[in-house]
Amino acid sequence: MSGFLKLLFRNRLAAVGAVVLGTILVLVLITPLLPLKDPNVTDTANKFIPPFTEGHLLGTDHLGRDQLSRLLHGTRLSLAVGLAAAVIAATLGSAVGIIAGYFGGRTDNVIMRGVDMLMAFPYILLALAIVAALGPGLLNALIAVAAVNIPFFARNIRGITVSLAGREFIDAARLAGKGHTRIILTELLPNVLPTIVIAMSTTVGWMILETAGLSFLGLGSQPPVADLGSMLGKGRDSLITDPHTSIVPGVMIFLIVMSVNLLGDGVRDALDPRLKSGALSRPRAMTAVNRKGPVPETDDKGLLNIQNLETQFHVGPRVYRAVNDVSLHVKPGECLGVIGESGSGKSVTALSVMGLVASPPGVITGGAVRYAGEDLLGASYKSLRTKRGENVAYIFQDPLSTLHPLYRVGDQLAEAIQCHHKISDAKARARSLELLRAVRIPNAESRLRDYPHEMSGGMRQRVGIAMAMANDPDVIIADEPTTALDVTVQAQILALLDDLRRERGLAIVFITHDFGVVAQLTDRVAVMYAGQIVEQGRTEEVLSRPLHPYTRRLIACVPELGGGRRRLEAIPGLPPMVDKLPRGCAFAARCDKAQDSCRAAPIALSRDGDRAVRCLFPEEALRKDAS
Amino acid sequence: MIALKVDNLSKTFALPRRLFGPARPGVRAVRPVSFQVEKGETLGIVGESGCGKSTFARMLVGLLEPTTGRIEIAGKALDTADPAAFGRLIQYVFQDPISSLNPRKTIRQIMETPLRLLHGMTRADRAARIAEIFDSVNLREEFLDRYPHEFSGGQAQRIGIARALAAAPEIIVLDEPVSALDVSVQAQVLNLLADLRAEFDLTYLFISHDLAVVEAVSDRVVVLYFGAVVEIGRAESIFNAPRHPYTRLLADSAPVVGRPLTAPEQRDTELPDPLNPPPGCAFAGRCPRATEICRAQDPPLTQMGDDQLAACHHPLDP
Repeated sequence: MSGFLKLLFRNRLAAVGAVVLGTILVLVLITPLLPLKDPNVTDTANKFIPPFTEGHLLGTDHLGRDQLSRLLHGTRLSLAVGLAAAVIAATLGSAVGIIAGYFGGRTDNVIMRGVDMLMAFPYILLALAIVAALGPGLLNALIAVAAVNIPFFARNIRGITVSLAGREFIDAARLAGKGHTRIILTELLPNVLPTIVIAMSTTVGWMILETAGLSFLGLGSQPPVADLGSMLGKGRDSLITDPHTSIVPGVMIFLIVMSVNLLGDGVRDALDPRLKSGALSRPRAMTAVNRKGPVPETDDKGLLNIQNLETQFHVGPRVYRAVNDVSLHVKPGECLGVIGESGSGKSVTALSVMGLVASPPGVITGGAVRYAGEDLLGASYKSLRTKRGENVAYIFQDPLSTLHPLYRVGDQLAEAIQCHHKISDAKARARSLELLRAVRIPNAESRLRDYPHEMSGGMRQRVGIAMAMANDPDVIIADEPTTALDVTVQAQILALLDDLRRERGLAIVFITHDFGVVAQLTDRVAVMYAGQIVEQGRTEEVLSRPLHPYTRRLIACVPELGGGRRRLEAIPGLPPMVDKLPRGCAFAARCDKAQDSCRAAPIALSRDGDRAVRCLFPEEALRKDAS
Repeated sequence: MIALKVDNLSKTFALPRRLFGPARPGVRAVRPVSFQVEKGETLGIVGESGCGKSTFARMLVGLLEPTTGRIEIAGKALDTADPAAFGRLIQYVFQDPISSLNPRKTIRQIMETPLRLLHGMTRADRAARIAEIFDSVNLREEFLDRYPHEFSGGQAQRIGIARALAAAPEIIVLDEPVSALDVSVQAQVLNLLADLRAEFDLTYLFISHDLAVVEAVSDRVVVLYFGAVVEIGRAESIFNAPRHPYTRLLADSAPVVGRPLTAPEQRDTELPDPLNPPPGCAFAGRCPRATEICRAQDPPLTQMGDDQLAACHHPLDP
């Protein structure tokens, strides 16, 4: 709650709104206690007295009634009616929305078509019709305003409920013996409540305005009782001769609606999880680079050479050290595997190469990434952009979320090509067709016109690969490209990548958590744990003769087909959080060989040619003599 | 003793009616499936995405009404109308551990629901039972007052398992329980499941797309393809000596250390279209052994060898 308030008041406009609205609320709450004149006593001898006169601070109206007193009483009434309408509309609308969204099917259809019919009438016309049917009066105006706002809540809440009702925790609740009423009240309601509050805070001002509108037309509060709308309506008759009678209630309506809306927007921004997660602070076009130490000298290893890379996430006071001192390189025609569990920093390493780590909060704090000798971390955004896709391309895990859902795949491929090369649409189209054929999509010609959702997962990932190949890059970074696919499809995609690399001399960095895939596809492999490389070497050597205890035990964890029924090896415990990395070896807490010396100081990576290990007590000694 | 008997269970999803033209036949997500599971057994169910394994699992626990067929647990036919009656006999562990826990409830509230609603326990009994279960799944009791987002995937999955245990069911359906977890944590959870099976005398239905995991935990394995059972056999033999070509394809596709990379299948194979299913064997379009009869006639599930059944006109030699 205090976090919410802090967030809310960081928004200055919302704070102004809160102060204004708070003042008005306090004033109208204490109105009956204030030494004011009776708002309804007429005194025609003193009509149209201008403001700031003795005894009548805001003057009097056409019947000589005190404006200040009428204003405060009227505001009291208007606010009460507006808020009551908002609460009624929110309650009924949300109930309708939750029921429609939860039960779905025919119930949903009938309810929502009814709501649609309600929405088909122009707003004010519907309110007028309701008041005309019920007769004028403040209570009837309240009913009318609430009724016309029910569809807004119903539609909003139904949308949220539909997505929640498909979630697994609802199924779990049903299996735990909960009936429909219990599920709606105890499982769904707590999850939609923030949305209801947001919707209410943004519509309450509108409802106050509508009530005032009905009163202005003479359909709301009846004389002599004042509310803001009826004061304005009466003031209109003498707008030219005595403008103060309409300006006073007009200014009050303005202040109320403005402050409610400013505060409502603030509440929405502070509560909405999408905005909270940083949608308001759009990441920059490239990752921020703030290198503390000197840039490492080039050592001419490989086409893509990552040297001592350090990438961190700065979130408030916490620093997440996602990548620490990672060095990798890959030569043309070579496939380098990077293996690790979630949170080991393998994806952040890959994204750092082309400056794709979201910034803020990501910052590259050290090291260098060299493509053909040039340091990409020091490069300008323009130079980096010409290299993205043209020299170094990416393939991501989920092609459904990386392909744009509203464009045909052919157009997306052509766009990727035309970003880098000024060629005609016809030529780009021909090239797209060629690419789809290269990744072995059957009926490529007709597939060009498909939308991503019309393709199967395997086909989409082929399009993802085709897009990465679009500009003939030298390096492809593939981040778990087959994890979301079925095994039979995975086998085809892996074979395709292997063919492409042999045919075109591509350098591939392949990120995965699967040892089987690493064994089949890669030449060399780096094992990552808690943001560091713990072991590196030729794939068959690392797999057959792991040096780091983590590698050995991780391999043992993976069941292999053909082993029959058995108990699996497990590594107890969890990887450390990267904002609380231990001083020494990050694996020491889970390692059965750990000594005090492991925990005392950072462990260096000891090298021997291609082979490297970060361990004081490796499974076998690293042969320093042979190279 | 037979813990679970499934007889001709099938599910057809109706398609929305067209404005004009004849009514459409609907999508057959699960074709009639029959099998039984012994008490204390683990039955593995494998298949690729879209093969109907989740639909099948949801019917078993009563979250989805079957179109035809019946389910018997410990000899009694189940009444599909009451999820709570299901809940006491059969429970479900979900694939995504985090999304199966309500983000706005504490773990204690989540754990108490089945105890209160299915077994009507008093507050003191509930606390004692929760402590007992948490001890079994190696979770600390201080976790009870936290919210789901504070847990890692492995811990959340233990909580999901603990919730299923709280209902004290005979059978637990595990729907891809480890596929969202890292390998080192996956092994922890799989071993825990094996221990719990012995401790509470449970019967498992273990659904997964990972053949190696299924083989490591199951007694028998059912292979599903396109909503139908294509092969049933003992876990130790079904992948070594498959009789159905699809089982062979699955086994050959799994990446294995030490096996060279080959695509075991032609690249332009098309998967069968659920809206327009092929008349004969659904696998015929991808099968190297397919002949005329395969494209015309759906092969029945027949006994092949001692304890293996396969639905194929041209089965592989053992």
